[in-house]
Amino acid sequence: MAIIGNPKYQERIKYHLAKYETKRSAVMPLLYIAQEEYGWVNPEGIDEVAQILDLDPTQVKSIAGFYTMYSEKPKGKYWLHVCTDLPCALKGADEFYAWLKNELGVDESGISDDGMFTVEHVMCLAACDKAPMLQCNFRYVEDLDQGKMRDLLAKWREGAAQPITG
Amino acid sequence: MHILLRGREIENFNQLDVYEKHEGFVGLKASLAMKPAEVIDQVKASGLRGRGGAGFPTGVKWSFIPQHEPVKYVAVNADESETGTFKDREIMESNSYELLEGSLICAYAIQAKAIYIYLRGEFWDIGSQLDAAIETLRAKGYAGKDILGSGYDCEIYTHLGAGAYICGEESAMLNSLEGYLGQPRVRPPFPAQKGGGLYKEATVVNNVETLTNVPFIMREGADAFKAIGTEQSAGNKIYCVSGHVKRPGNYELPMSTTFRELLYDHAGGPLHDDRPFKAMLPSGGSGPIVPLTDEVLDTRMSYEDCAGIGTIIGSASIIVMDVTVDMTWVASKVTKFFEHESCGKCTPCREGTYWLDKVIDRILDGRGTPDDVKRIADVAENMQGTTLCALGDFAANPIIHTIRHFPDDFAQHVQGEAAAGD
Repeated sequence: MAIIGNPKYQERIKYHLAKYETKRSAVMPLLYIAQEEYGWVNPEGIDEVAQILDLDPTQVKSIAGFYTMYSEKPKGKYWLHVCTDLPCALKGADEFYAWLKNELGVDESGISDDGMFTVEHVMCLAACDKAPMLQCNFRYVEDLDQGKMRDLLAKWREGAAQPITG
Repeated sequence: MHILLRGREIENFNQLDVYEKHEGFVGLKASLAMKPAEVIDQVKASGLRGRGGAGFPTGVKWSFIPQHEPVKYVAVNADESETGTFKDREIMESNSYELLEGSLICAYAIQAKAIYIYLRGEFWDIGSQLDAAIETLRAKGYAGKDILGSGYDCEIYTHLGAGAYICGEESAMLNSLEGYLGQPRVRPPFPAQKGGGLYKEATVVNNVETLTNVPFIMREGADAFKAIGTEQSAGNKIYCVSGHVKRPGNYELPMSTTFRELLYDHAGGPLHDDRPFKAMLPSGGSGPIVPLTDEVLDTRMSYEDCAGIGTIIGSASIIVMDVTVDMTWVASKVTKFFEHESCGKCTPCREGTYWLDKVIDRILDGRGTPDDVKRIADVAENMQGTTLCALGDFAANPIIHTIRHFPDDFAQHVQGEAAAGD
C-alpha cells in the first residue's frame, strides 16, 4: 500500500498539484488521499504527502492534527459523526447519540467489536432542520429515529455504505 | 418569490440547459458587455450586503481591490459552519449554477485570475457536484480561457476544508487554502489589499448566498433588487429556522419580513401547542440571544431593525427554544461549541472558552455558587475585543446575554447569595 506510485491516485494528485499556486496548498487534498488509502492518516501517509510536497513530515502532521476530519488513529470501516450541537440537541440528539453508542456497544471514538463502526459526536453539520442526523463516512443521513437507524446499521454491516472519502 | 432558492420550483435546475432557459448567464453576459468598474457600480447601487454575517456592502468590498495589481483572486466562503446555519448547503445543492455565475461576475468585476470555492469538508458530495458543474461550464465556454469570447480568462476550483469552524473566518480560510493551519491573520493588510489576500494577492472573499444574489442584480437591475426588503437591507435573505417550531427549514423572504411572520406563518408556530416560545438565537451560536417577546416578534429581520433589539441578524440561523429549555444548558451547549472550535492562537479565546466550559458544567451539576455566575460573566467580558478575530466575541455572547436576559435560569442551579463586589 502506498500513495506514491499507486496508479489509483496519480491523476488526482496531479490535478491538485496543478490547481494551486504553491505545492503546499495541496496538503489538504493529499491528506484525504492518504486517509482513503490507509483508512486513517498514519505515519506512512504523512511521510508520503511530505515527500510529494517537499515539506517536512512535521509540517504535514501539524495540518493533520489541526483539522478534525483527518483521523490520526485507526477507526472502524464506517465513521458515524452524530451532531449533538444545540439545534439537534433541542430535537433529542443527545439521547439519540447515547442510544447509538449503547446499541453498538462502543464508547466515544471507540471501534465496535466487529470492526465496522466508530461513533463520535460532532459540532453543527448544516442539517439542523433534519435532526437527529449524522454523517456516515461524510455523507448525510437525516431525519433519524431508532428504528430507521437499526435498519441502516443492518444494511451497513452488509457493506452498503460508501467507503471513507470514496 | 424565490431568487436564491428558485431551484425548488424548477425541475432539474442543476442542468445547464434548464438553467440557461431560466435567464441563466444573462447576468454574466450583461456584465461582460460592461466595463468592470460599471459592474461594481451596479452591485454598489443595489444595496447588497454580505450574507455571511457581517453585512458589509458587497460592491464597496469589491471596489477596495486595487485595479492595477496584475494578480487578483475571488475566494468563495462555502464553509457554512455556524450553529444553526444550513442555507448555503441548499443553495449549492439546488442552484449551483447561479452561485457559479455570481462568482464569475465578481471575478470579472475585479479582473480575478481564479476563483477558489472553500467548502467545509463535510460538503464532500457538494464538492463533487460543483466540480462536475465547473467542468460543464469550461466545456461550454463559460469558464476558463476567453469566456464567451470576451477575452477574459478565469478558472474555478473547489477546495475541501476538513472540519474547522474557524476557516469560515476569512483570513483563516486563506491560510487554510495556502496549506497552513486555519488560524486568523493579523490585519492590516486586509484580504482586499496586496499582501493580505490569497498568496499575498488582493482577494475578494464573499459568502455563497451573497454571490448567488449577483446574477439577479446584473440581470434585472440594481433598482429591482433595491425594491425588495428595507432601506438599509435590500433583497431577500434565507432564514434558517431550527429548534422548537412545527416546520423547521429554510425560508427565503424579503428582509422586511418580521420574526412573527417567519415563526408563525411560515414555520408553523411552537412545536408543541402547550409550550410557548421562550427565546431565540437569531444568528446561531455567535449572536446575542433574545427573549421572544411581542416586541421582538414584531421586529423586521433586517440588519438595522435587529440592532434595535440588541441582537444581530448575522447569517440568519434562527434557533428557537420553548419554555421547557433551561438557558444555562443553552449557554453550556454554545460554549462547548466555541471551546471545541477555538483555533488556539489568541490566549483570551483559547483559555477563556476552556474555563467557561468548566465553570458552566460545574453550575449545571449543582456544584456552582452565585460567584461562579459572576465569574463566567467576568471571563466573557474580558474576552470581548481582545482577540484577532471575532470568535472570542462570539464565544462571550452566549454567556453575557443568557445571564442578562435569564438570570433566574442560572440562579436555580446555585445556592445562596453572591459575595459583594468583585
